[in-house]
Amino acid sequence: MTEQETIKKKQAPKSQKEVVILIRDLKKAFGDKEVLKDISLELDKGENLVVLGRSGSGKSVLIQCIVGLLKPDGGSVKVFGEDVAGMSDKQLKDLRIRIGFLFQSGALYDSMTVRENMEFPLTRVLKLKDQGEIDKRVAAVLESVGLSDAIDKMPSDLSGGMRKRAGLARTLVVDPEIMLYDEPTTGLDPITSREISELIISIQKKNKTSSIIITHDMECARIASDRVLILTDGEFTKEGTFDELLKSKDKNVASYFNII
Amino acid sequence: MAEEIVVPGYKRWLGSIGDQVGFLVDFFRNLFAGGFEWSEFVRQCYEIGYRSMLLVGITSFIMGVVLILQLRPTMISFGAASMLPKTLSVSFVREIGPVIIGIICAGKIASSIGAELGSMKVTEQLDAMDVSGANPIQYLVVPRILATSIMVPVLSVLGDAIGLFGGFLALNLRDTISFKLYFTKVIASLDFSDFLPALVKTIFFGFAIGFVGCYKGFTSNRGTESVGIAANTAVVTASLWIFVIDAIAVQITSLLFY
Ligand SMILES: Nc1ncnc2c1ncn2[C@@H]1O[C@H](COP(=O)(O)OP(=O)(O)OP(=O)(O)O)[C@@H](O)[C@H]1O
Ligand SMILES: [Mg+2]
Repeated sequence: MTEQETIKKKQAPKSQKEVVILIRDLKKAFGDKEVLKDISLELDKGENLVVLGRSGSGKSVLIQCIVGLLKPDGGSVKVFGEDVAGMSDKQLKDLRIRIGFLFQSGALYDSMTVRENMEFPLTRVLKLKDQGEIDKRVAAVLESVGLSDAIDKMPSDLSGGMRKRAGLARTLVVDPEIMLYDEPTTGLDPITSREISELIISIQKKNKTSSIIITHDMECARIASDRVLILTDGEFTKEGTFDELLKSKDKNVASYFNII
Repeated sequence: MAEEIVVPGYKRWLGSIGDQVGFLVDFFRNLFAGGFEWSEFVRQCYEIGYRSMLLVGITSFIMGVVLILQLRPTMISFGAASMLPKTLSVSFVREIGPVIIGIICAGKIASSIGAELGSMKVTEQLDAMDVSGANPIQYLVVPRILATSIMVPVLSVLGDAIGLFGGFLALNLRDTISFKLYFTKVIASLDFSDFLPALVKTIFFGFAIGFVGCYKGFTSNRGTESVGIAANTAVVTASLWIFVIDAIAVQITSLLFY
């Protein structure tokens, strides 16, 4: 059996577990550049899946396909059992409410203060009216990322790391069932990175959130992952727990772990 | 970023027409979908209207002065100096005011909307809004297009008044004409059929400015240089639309009123 087949076999549906994201043979190209060639993956409920891969290997493209920001060229993406490609605008919107997406850049709305950024999904998406409850949720989520003091600042007055944490807070404020983190710790100092990694774990514990975490940060992968996938040239080439991969003799895999 | 797929020019052009129609449909669907963003609309009216007032005021004033100074020798040689207020008011209100003010607003407003939304696109803010389940058309596009459709006519009426006042001052450089007489002449020379088509025309100017600005911003590419491109093409396209709408409006007006 080739390595590819082993991976597919390992990912065959496990009946006792609830699968929240199921991707089969996903393909995506830009022009004649094939970014994703043949991606299959499964995410179980409550699981933290870390995706490792070099810069430009298509990690961001992968999670953008999951929320329908990019249209796949082939294969299928099912979330909560529904095919994303076949969804109406309404269905897609309802799905997106249940998924939190942390952008690599944070993507704060820069015409709004941090507070307004946090309130935006509460008032516009969840349509909350009770200002007391809104204030409470905003304060709690900012507290959890350590940004309580920055509540009335504009995004342009925040440091890069603070923007990232604010972006994270904005996706968390609606308590999503699935979280897609695009490099949650990149550009942060080691101490903050560690706090974010631990935050990811506590989110998983608290809400039984299922997550895909894209990262280059091995410390984050070590702390947060239940399972690790390695993306090389548009395909997953390795799968295993962090400790399994750490022991791997495969050169490609070892090159990620050497840097610790 | 990645390689562009090479598509023949005409196909791209047709595709972009299709996209624009789609964007227009999206706008109207969201306009009547409920959940109107009042506070954002008011903020945009302020940004768009109030902040353009000085510019529109100064240019209109100068246009009024210059037109009188230019027209005066010719009118006098025809022995028609007393017709100056009428000539100015009719030409200003019907044509010069709306078009000049439309072009100025295209330069100021379409570019700033294009740049603002373009930079939101580049920094993934539009994607973030979309992915959160909020509706960027509802929140960003509808208030902006409505605000331009209302504020450009308002600015244009204001510009007309200031331009005519400039004309009055310019007349008084050489002759003396009382304020009351001047404005009586101005009002008397203006017909409903001068004023109404001009006003309706500026609503369309405003719509075109808002629409083009939003569309160019939303469809800008990734990469910082595309923000500049979005702003720039928004101005050029909106200005072009103003002349096209003006040409169409003149045909319709003459069919209806003369
Ligand atoms: N919208 C797009 N249009 C065209 N090409 C794109 C687009 N998005 C991504 N690409 C291309 O796809 C490839 C993979 O990009 P992607 O952003 O997924 O990389 P990544 O793995 O997230 O890298 P990094 O770790 O640097 O973020 C890149 O070559 C990029 O140029
Ligand atoms: Mg990326």
